Amino acid sequence: MKSEVTKAQKKIKITGSEAVIHCLLAEGVKTVYGYPGGAIMPIYDELFKFQDKLHHVLTRHEQGAVHAAQGFARVSGKVGVAFATSGPGATNLVTGLADAQIDSNPVVCITGQVASHLLGSDAFQETDIVGISTPITKWNYQITDANEIPAILAKAFYIARTGRPGPVLIDITKDAQFQQFEFEYKKCTDIRSYKPVPDIDITKVEAAAQLINAAKKPMIVFGQGILLGNAEEELKTFIEKSGIPAAWTVLGLSALDSDHPLNVGMVGMHGNYAPNLLTNECDVLIALGMRFDDRVTGDLSRYAKQAKVIHFEIDPSEIDKNVKAAVPVLGNVKETLQQMMPLIEEKTYPEWFGEFKRLYDIEFEKVIQPELEPTKEGLTMAEVINQINKESNNEAIVVSDVGQHQMFTCRYAKFKNSKSNVTSGGLGTMGFALPASMGAAMGAPNRPVVAIAGDGGYQMTIQELGTIYQTQIPVKIVVLNNEFLGMVRQWQQLFFDKRYASTEMINPDFVKIAEGYHIPAKKVTKREELADAIHEMMTTEGAYFLEVVVEKEDNVFPMIPTGSSVSECRLS
Amino acid sequence: MEEKFYTITVYTENNVGLLNRVSGIFLKRHINIESMNASRSEIKGVHKYVILVKTTEDWVRKITGQLEKQIEVIKAFYHTDEEIIYQESALFKIKSDLLFDERQIQNIIKESNSQIVTVSRNFFVIAKTGRRHEIEELSNELEPYGIMQFVRSGRISVSKETMEISNILEKSQEIKTN
Ligand SMILES: Cc1ncc(C[n+]2csc(CCOP(=O)(O)OP(=O)(O)O)c2C)c(N)n1
Ligand SMILES: [Mg+2]
Repeated sequence: MKSEVTKAQKKIKITGSEAVIHCLLAEGVKTVYGYPGGAIMPIYDELFKFQDKLHHVLTRHEQGAVHAAQGFARVSGKVGVAFATSGPGATNLVTGLADAQIDSNPVVCITGQVASHLLGSDAFQETDIVGISTPITKWNYQITDANEIPAILAKAFYIARTGRPGPVLIDITKDAQFQQFEFEYKKCTDIRSYKPVPDIDITKVEAAAQLINAAKKPMIVFGQGILLGNAEEELKTFIEKSGIPAAWTVLGLSALDSDHPLNVGMVGMHGNYAPNLLTNECDVLIALGMRFDDRVTGDLSRYAKQAKVIHFEIDPSEIDKNVKAAVPVLGNVKETLQQMMPLIEEKTYPEWFGEFKRLYDIEFEKVIQPELEPTKEGLTMAEVINQINKESNNEAIVVSDVGQHQMFTCRYAKFKNSKSNVTSGGLGTMGFALPASMGAAMGAPNRPVVAIAGDGGYQMTIQELGTIYQTQIPVKIVVLNNEFLGMVRQWQQLFFDKRYASTEMINPDFVKIAEGYHIPAKKVTKREELADAIHEMMTTEGAYFLEVVVEKEDNVFPMIPTGSSVSECRLS
Repeated sequence: MEEKFYTITVYTENNVGLLNRVSGIFLKRHINIESMNASRSEIKGVHKYVILVKTTEDWVRKITGQLEKQIEVIKAFYHTDEEIIYQESALFKIKSDLLFDERQIQNIIKESNSQIVTVSRNFFVIAKTGRRHEIEELSNELEPYGIMQFVRSGRISVSKETMEISNILEKSQEIKTN
């Protein structure tokens, strides 16, 4: 493949900072989230000159910038970009980097650094961000010579988006930003020490098909790999042809229509009863682009021991990491599914599927119905989410924070379209939703975006209301206010004898705060007001804030307590 | 599962930050590095780490997978002691008078197959290459006479079987030129 070089960029002397902008433009970047400061000022100066080509969104905290870049990446599949200055600016990125690393989000962060002659001298605002971010980045690098900028940035984008995606941090010293050099940009297409996608072993694909065709009680669990590999169509075809019931992980949510007849719900700690219990009943477990996180498996020594596991995976280091695979199928799941499809026999499993139905009915009666049609006075989180489904026709992008409301969202939000569920899965980062929803709204400008946060997590990044106002980002913000750090309170209730240590929240007037940022706002406390309020929120142009006061001490069920087996999934 | 010594060989691009990344993988899993050696490899521009750990096969396999996942790691292998030829080196600094006053020392040096690297007015230096236990034996024998300084290198090793590293590089080279 010949690399593309636009004529205009060829062999002219420019500064390192200007080169950074050209590199981003060459990579198709249109929006950058960030926060300026001394060590990155030369780059911001270029942003000023290029503002018609490259839109910079000034967040209110660098953590907000990375989360926004993540939200953008999650809905668009493109690389999200964040800027920060050295020292405190760079360290404020850490949570977002860790979040992007564990959830495989393609993000490139560019940090300014003190001038190279000051490195290692404890200079003003010097931190070793490359050292700090090493365990939480897919790759990182410090540039001290402008000549390195084009090749390193090309590499950064290539690494961030290929294979199993992840965050890359590039630290650029201030002198390199000022330095003049001859700029030439070539896209990166190969790194000899990096193989993003392993070769497909066709014998494994065949072995998988054989196992699947011979199965009596097969079950699929799919994860984010389906979304990252754009394999939604292949997933659907596979499920429909094979007739196999399919469950999903939190990050796999929205890859398959919520109303698809073979969609049997969520696995894991607060997943659905049927797929959790039947994980320990199935004879073949087909894992598609998921990594057997401990929140999914519960006690590993009692997880799917009876089943032959087929693991479709892009990252070889995930094979046999937590669960031993009878047949590992390495490769991009889109391609491996395509190759397997002709080998799959058309089947249905009425009796086996009946088991899912039977257990669903139990869960419906004991948990779902009481949540959706409560007889108690207080509002439940589930009914709020259900109302959002109705109002948005299952077509919204839903960005959730972390806690009970997150689990209620994943359990009750319905999706027609893929890449519509954005949440912090692996890291469980409170404060994720509000900034991530900004990126999501900009990454999918024609779709409604609803951020759902708890009263706790919302206040961790509440300052991003400023960004939403300044940048006119049309996100709908819902705070499910239970006046508690609800998820922790639930654990205190169940496992610490109701000792509610520091989980009660005395909250501010959220409506006033939103209004202070010029965002229309409303508070709902009664069931009768809910439908109208959500209708008003979804039909008001631009950003909108809705506080819903919910039952204080509701719990999320089903639940697999830590250390328990998926078979021990509790309904109350 | 049984804990054993495993020798991990990591072929890498040369990058200042890589050592941090590599050692971080062991740190995260709480696996102690018994020894570590970094040098150039048989391939131009490719570096090689030889890392000795004591752990289970399950862990060493996972760690090797994690190592290989790092962008600048070209390939990582692990071997048991039976699968490799391995050595360590040690230097002993000893007072010069002993060489002349204690006849026994000369015998020890001869029998241990070690060499005298240098002799100066005040001290002389013995170098010994071999297995860990051979170096320990020599150290024990010299101990009573007084060792001024002692140092032992990390394990270095080559595998009995070929390590298919050149092939990988050639393949990626082909992709580039095609
Ligand atoms: C940054 C961060 N700190 C602490 C936690 C631990 N934690 C998990 S859920 C939770 C409570 C969240 O409370 P809230 O945002 O009100 O949501 P709720 O559970 O009430 O719906 C806490 C403190 C976390 N996940 N992230
Ligand atoms: Mg709360």
